[in-house]
Amino acid sequence: MAFLNAPGAYLPGRIVGNQPMADALGVTPEWIYGVSGIEERRYAEAGETVASMAVAAARDCLARAGMKANEIGMVLVASGSSERRFPGPAATVASGLGLAGAAALDLPMASAGSLFALSLASHLTEKYRNVLVIGAEKMSAIVRHEPLDRNVDILFGDGAGACVVSAGAGKARIIDSLIETDGAFAEDLKLEFGQPLDMNGRSVIMQASRKVPRAILALLRRNNVDPADVEVFLMHQANQNLIDRVARGIGVSPSKFYSNIAHYGNTSSASMLIAAAEWWAASGGPKPGVPICFAAFGAGFQWGAVLASGV
Amino acid sequence: MNRREKIIQIVKQVSGKPTVPDADESLFESGYLDSFALTDMVSALEKEFQVQVPDSDLTPRKFESVERIENYLESRT
Repeated sequence: MAFLNAPGAYLPGRIVGNQPMADALGVTPEWIYGVSGIEERRYAEAGETVASMAVAAARDCLARAGMKANEIGMVLVASGSSERRFPGPAATVASGLGLAGAAALDLPMASAGSLFALSLASHLTEKYRNVLVIGAEKMSAIVRHEPLDRNVDILFGDGAGACVVSAGAGKARIIDSLIETDGAFAEDLKLEFGQPLDMNGRSVIMQASRKVPRAILALLRRNNVDPADVEVFLMHQANQNLIDRVARGIGVSPSKFYSNIAHYGNTSSASMLIAAAEWWAASGGPKPGVPICFAAFGAGFQWGAVLASGV
Repeated sequence: MNRREKIIQIVKQVSGKPTVPDADESLFESGYLDSFALTDMVSALEKEFQVQVPDSDLTPRKFESVERIENYLESRT
């Protein structure tokens, strides 16, 4: 069995509101908020990297979980915005944590990366005991790439989230996970080398509006869990309107879906674990026997859900 | 009410716009549908015409105009 420990997060200090975005893109702050639910986002400073933010989030989660870095047997780092082809940030992150010799694996995935990593980690704990899962993104380096696109650039922010998945003990047991990919839509959300982010927003919304609720419901049903009995849904923070739509799609109030997108924007693979860290710290974490559910959708298209229950 | 009239009625309901789009007019470019309204429209079409649109057909281009919607529904019957 695999267990979640308290997640952690890192958000860079530079806050970018909607006004400067609106000025640069020829729209209004109100328009940005209306189409996305975003009021502000965080941008990394010039010296910050995907790996440095990942290390900061990892240290935060280790502190919250009461663990030491040398207890980690494997590091999984999801990022769609890493700065180079290879090596990916995982090796640098492991080194930054003083983990010489621990296996470090990159998942070069965008928004669904940390969800896939969580699912993967739940199957790896028997061998590696404590698997550190991180989602880290420096999206500001991508969205400020010319030509600017108002439908894309308003959405994204920087940050990192992290969580240790352990064998034997933790605060919530991972009950089951469901991850899926449909590469027929690979061209609808992509980032080519040296190019701006290319997103067919209509396709993303159409597919996510169907696939995410369907995945959540399939996962809950096969584990005999009623959506109403889930304490909180921790979903990738892509767009407030999409989060609300997914909530309605599974028949629960949007208030069951934790949301911090107003403050951080879409931090891609990092967002789900940042949301988890905030919810966990504010609520005290999962209650014994009460389910929580993670969900995400991203480029690929790749999507899915992870079900856990407090112990 | 024929198929086209039913489609137009759904577009008007979903968009909240009282005007009638031209058959070949882009419902996106003319402001009838944003990403979320497009998704609502497809759900309404499925209900009205009792068809299931598979994920593989769920592409904006197929639903861009009244004419395209009509052609798609025709292909499904």
